[in-house]
Amino acid sequence: MSDQKIDQYRREFLGKTSAAAATGAIAPGVMLMSVGQAQARPLDEAVSSANRWGLLIDSNKCADGCSDCVKACESENAWGSGSSDEQKSDAAQKAQWIRTVTLKNKLTEKEHQLPMMCQHCEHPPCVDVCPTGASFKRADGIVLVDKHICIGCRYCMMACPYKARSFIHEELNDQAPDVPRGKGTVESCTLCVHKIDRGDGSTACADACQHKAIIFGDLNDPNSEIAQEMKKHATTQIRADLNLNTGVRYRGI
Amino acid sequence: MKQLRNLFISLAMSLILSGTAFAESVGPELKINRANGDECVLPADEMRKDHMKHLDHQRDETMHNGVRTKKFSLKECINCHANKDEKGKYIPVNAPGEFCQSCHTYTSVKLDCFECHATKPRDTAFHPIVTDRMKAFAEQHDAPKTKTMLGDIAAKGGAK
Repeated sequence: MSDQKIDQYRREFLGKTSAAAATGAIAPGVMLMSVGQAQARPLDEAVSSANRWGLLIDSNKCADGCSDCVKACESENAWGSGSSDEQKSDAAQKAQWIRTVTLKNKLTEKEHQLPMMCQHCEHPPCVDVCPTGASFKRADGIVLVDKHICIGCRYCMMACPYKARSFIHEELNDQAPDVPRGKGTVESCTLCVHKIDRGDGSTACADACQHKAIIFGDLNDPNSEIAQEMKKHATTQIRADLNLNTGVRYRGI
Repeated sequence: MKQLRNLFISLAMSLILSGTAFAESVGPELKINRANGDECVLPADEMRKDHMKHLDHQRDETMHNGVRTKKFSLKECINCHANKDEKGKYIPVNAPGEFCQSCHTYTSVKLDCFECHATKPRDTAFHPIVTDRMKAFAEQHDAPKTKTMLGDIAAKGGAK
């Protein structure tokens, strides 16, 4: 075992013990956790389940006809209008990481829209069905496709209750350096994982929303804006009946 | 089949390595952009032999653990090894005669990376680092002309 390896184990061990030391019990059942772990993970440190990244989307604030979040996602992740690729695919075949959905109350006829994307479930059906292990959930709750392993069988697309995934039907040439995409693999919203790892603390859609309808944050950090908002207001999971514990929550539906 | 392929790769690589002993006569002449420095992250003979070992390891670390150190990141390889044409536009690293492709053509090893990965830095990737205002400020205050990455970018006019 090299010295570097030993250092790594040592660091992990020390990290765990100091985290345990920082967790003090005030009273039975009331724990004082050290906060601020959400910030600035060193580049060489693996993600951990101390964080759970998620989004809170307020569909009341989401303005009808606005698609800023979709456009921002397209240009950040180089799909759709953000790329010169996928000219041969038809509309049903093209990539779709995020879309706007219009809901209508049949009784009052009131219509409103909301953005819909991968819900980053705690118990993702796409991961359950994946025959190769390409579909996986990262320790910090982000559901991704490892395209090195994906064989393009599309079971995950069928399993997803949110129709969040799409398949690439043709060769691509115009990818973003941070977002590899290629023919024969399935893809979906990555929660801008490259931005999170960089420490941006936001996603392209949340940055772009001028109505402040999308909040990004750490669901595990009680002091984060998203956790505070979810404490104050009633929020819903789409298809909560499936018990998937989604990382993307909604208000106003 | 895979073993056979690996055998071919190692044979081809040893051919290149032994080639270095007699006056670099074997193998293609690589287009290397010296403006980014003269040294790779490891000595060249190690990189010729082991670049995929490092890239594969890094790939799993990045994909599953979110570790994004730069040393063996494919993106950083491309940032350094992508050349520009006369008009200043990046040429894909898998274009004929370019850094990755020339050696892979010579050894008849298919390049799979670029079915998914970008083959050149994004043209806008540099713009937030050095703005015109920062450049003007540096000139006005007679900033030391040391060789830094920022200085290089400013000199090349990559900033918009």
